[in-house]
Amino acid sequence: MIAPATPKTFKVRIKRQDGRDQPAYWQEFEVERRPSQNIIAVLQQIAANPVTTAGEQVEPVVWDSGCLEEVCGSCTMVINGHVRQSCSALVPDLLEDADDNTITVEPMTKFPVVRDLFVDRQRMFDNLVKVKAWVPIDGTHDLGEGPKESPEKQQERYAISRCMTCGCCLEACPQFTLDNDFLGAQAIAQAYYFNEHETGKKLKGERLEALAGPGGVADCGNAQNCVKVCPKEIPLTEAIAKAGRQLTVHAVKKFFTGK
Amino acid sequence: MADSPRVIVVGGGLAGLAASVRVAEAGLPVDLFSMVPVKRSHSVCAQGGINACNKVAAQQGYSEWQHMDETLYGGDFLNHQPPVYEMTHWAPKIINLLDRMGVPFNRTNEGERDLRLFGGSLFKRTHFAGASTGQQLLYGLDEQTRRYEAEGKVNKYEFWEFLWPIVDDSTGEKVCKGIVAQDMRTMEIRAFRADAVVMATGGNGLIYGKSTMSVICTGGAASRCYQAGAALGNPEMIQVHPTAIPGEDKCRLMSESARGEGGRVWVPRTKGDDRHPLDIPENERWYFLEEKYPDYGNLVPRDIATREIFWVCQDGMGIGGGNMVYLDITHLPQATKDKLAAILEIYEKFTGDDPREVPMKIFPAVHYSMGGVYTTYTPYDPDKDTYTPATQPKRKPGEGMLLGDPQNMTTDIAGLYAFGEANYAYHGATRLGANALLSCIFDGLFCGLSVANYARDPKGGKASGVADSVVDRFVEQEKHKVTKLTESHGSNNPYEIHRELGVEMTASATVVKTEERLLQARAKLNELRERYADLKITDTGLYTNQNVSFSRALGDMLIYAQAIIEGSIARKESRGSHYRDDFPDRIDEPFHATTKAWYDPSAEGSCRIEWEPIPLPLVPLRKRDYGAATAKKTDESKEPAAAK
Repeated sequence: MIAPATPKTFKVRIKRQDGRDQPAYWQEFEVERRPSQNIIAVLQQIAANPVTTAGEQVEPVVWDSGCLEEVCGSCTMVINGHVRQSCSALVPDLLEDADDNTITVEPMTKFPVVRDLFVDRQRMFDNLVKVKAWVPIDGTHDLGEGPKESPEKQQERYAISRCMTCGCCLEACPQFTLDNDFLGAQAIAQAYYFNEHETGKKLKGERLEALAGPGGVADCGNAQNCVKVCPKEIPLTEAIAKAGRQLTVHAVKKFFTGK
Repeated sequence: MADSPRVIVVGGGLAGLAASVRVAEAGLPVDLFSMVPVKRSHSVCAQGGINACNKVAAQQGYSEWQHMDETLYGGDFLNHQPPVYEMTHWAPKIINLLDRMGVPFNRTNEGERDLRLFGGSLFKRTHFAGASTGQQLLYGLDEQTRRYEAEGKVNKYEFWEFLWPIVDDSTGEKVCKGIVAQDMRTMEIRAFRADAVVMATGGNGLIYGKSTMSVICTGGAASRCYQAGAALGNPEMIQVHPTAIPGEDKCRLMSESARGEGGRVWVPRTKGDDRHPLDIPENERWYFLEEKYPDYGNLVPRDIATREIFWVCQDGMGIGGGNMVYLDITHLPQATKDKLAAILEIYEKFTGDDPREVPMKIFPAVHYSMGGVYTTYTPYDPDKDTYTPATQPKRKPGEGMLLGDPQNMTTDIAGLYAFGEANYAYHGATRLGANALLSCIFDGLFCGLSVANYARDPKGGKASGVADSVVDRFVEQEKHKVTKLTESHGSNNPYEIHRELGVEMTASATVVKTEERLLQARAKLNELRERYADLKITDTGLYTNQNVSFSRALGDMLIYAQAIIEGSIARKESRGSHYRDDFPDRIDEPFHATTKAWYDPSAEGSCRIEWEPIPLPLVPLRKRDYGAATAKKTDESKEPAAAK
């Protein structure tokens, strides 16, 4: 039996942009296939020799990356139309359902482009400040152990704590846009995470106030896209629902006590 | 606040964040610089756990002292003893603090922190959060830093690259008064004054091309401090992790926790046996680590496991005769596999095979630098101890470091500190698994106080009073470098030079070294440096130019690489991770000493080496073999190992 020959090269179409608020444009590169090749390796190959299929020598593509093992959250891109981490996007899988032996790579659209595939996700970190995503400990002095926790509760919290602030959930969310103030799944889930910690819950009221305001839980349209694209399979919709319930209890309590 | 002492922390991994939190808590404002949002620092990649004596182990005969002893024995006695004493005695307090910060440590049925076994110990003393412990600890400290940031006590400069320390030598002594840094987006270069600067800039794996490290771990920052006059300590001590997944862009770590939870390393007993691993019966598998090291088995320290795997493959016993062995966790119960989910998912995503069903194929990869910027410390002295209450007994001299003393973890440049993987202080010739997270956080918390104390009374007066001319000189130096790079139209591609550097360093200075091969590497590095002087840069733009940043770091990597090679040539013995085939034994006279490497452009490899003796105030030297004959063997000490 003769297997169909795998082409030795493939094409990559990259959406580029020279800077913030500059027009976007596309460039196409032909890249040699290599074993265990991911999109980062492809971008490295292009960086070493940035010549387009039209034979034009261009400036190397700018992108954001870090650990390359899907735990730092840096390298989120839109690849073949789907938002994901580019380090774990493997070329053979991408070509399998690609037209024309071509992979397309674009920057995320819900964050301002800094240059090419590199976007500014500062908003995600600012949102962590808004929901006070920390445990208000007394200080670093030796004050003994933290609160005990059941294995079940730990498992629930650990799942949410694997959030690497990559932004996939926000890119996929129809409610989260470039210029509105919706907190989105990432920050809401983190608020819930800290509300569930014995010391963290000291700030529960303040967190819920942040979730009650404009851009809070009520803006979630329940499209459930976030949970489908999360590379760490964090139960985001469940966390949003639970945060919503905490908010209802908080509102009722506030109504009756005036506090 | 205008005239308040200021502290700069460079690097936002565990060491940098712990330092920021501690200095801010001590009341001084912190400017925190990082090439990436701090939450994305390389500490996220640490998987297995963090060591500390704990309630259960303490009832089985374990102690902080033994944790220290394991660390020194693991490091083949190249580590200084007082800092290791202090670190291991602080370890339980550090775990408690992280626990209070909300780090989701795995729990037992009673809600206690769960423990796992790790390399170099017969006791379960490793605390963990699934198999992404580094990520969880980093997030805990990131959250506390964000809290201080919200209060205005920490000021973050993310996507800023450290370029050079501002060193004032007008008084005859080198004193650090700030840094020059560059905004990686706008490319603006400017000076930041500070009364003390902490370098918490991590490791240098990119010198080896492909390693387990993140793309930012070039060692560029440490190399710049080295070139500015801070010595390196033991640069030749590079850890090669036994179990990684080789890849096209990097080698992905497969945590020691896989073995700590019962994973077994094996190859087929028969050379060339190409059956599917699941078709090879138990008695036809060679569990070579368990056979050679009956006590520690798969949990011998990393340098030993790495060499054994390397030799097995050299002998043609690797899978399919190649450079691969099996790491097998298929036999473990589901609950144990669940604890390892984070790393098993990584393996599955990148290889397409499910490690729960099929043994993983792994090979060693460069992982950690025990060596780094040389730092000093003040040993504990009961007469100078102002913290222990008068009613309580004091420690003996040398049992630890003197808390708050400005000397702790300072470099050869006054006011310039090095914390975490960037320094050389704690791990000697081999780092034990799950000790890195500990040493990084310990540096930040314990030595952070030293930094605050120094910054309140810095040598040569306040940084705000330093003449502009002193500061401007360094800004001009760095601007000139960028101009030179963007205007270089030479013939050498920086990515090609980097590729050749990685190949050369991996072949000459990793698992097994020889004089002959090292001399070849010395010549190759000279050649690469010549070619580097004639670079071709494809991006000449002045906005978010990653080519400039990488090419600049490449020059610094070449210089650091030379120190690794020169240290490797000079150390004519084998100790821990440094294994010389031509000198296979440890030779304490004269090599029980720190390799202190000074940058000297006129010397061979731009590196001048001095040997600094290492005092032994607490534990005498002993042979390190992890063999059945010498390992401590009591029923009690075997209990935790058997419990796996």
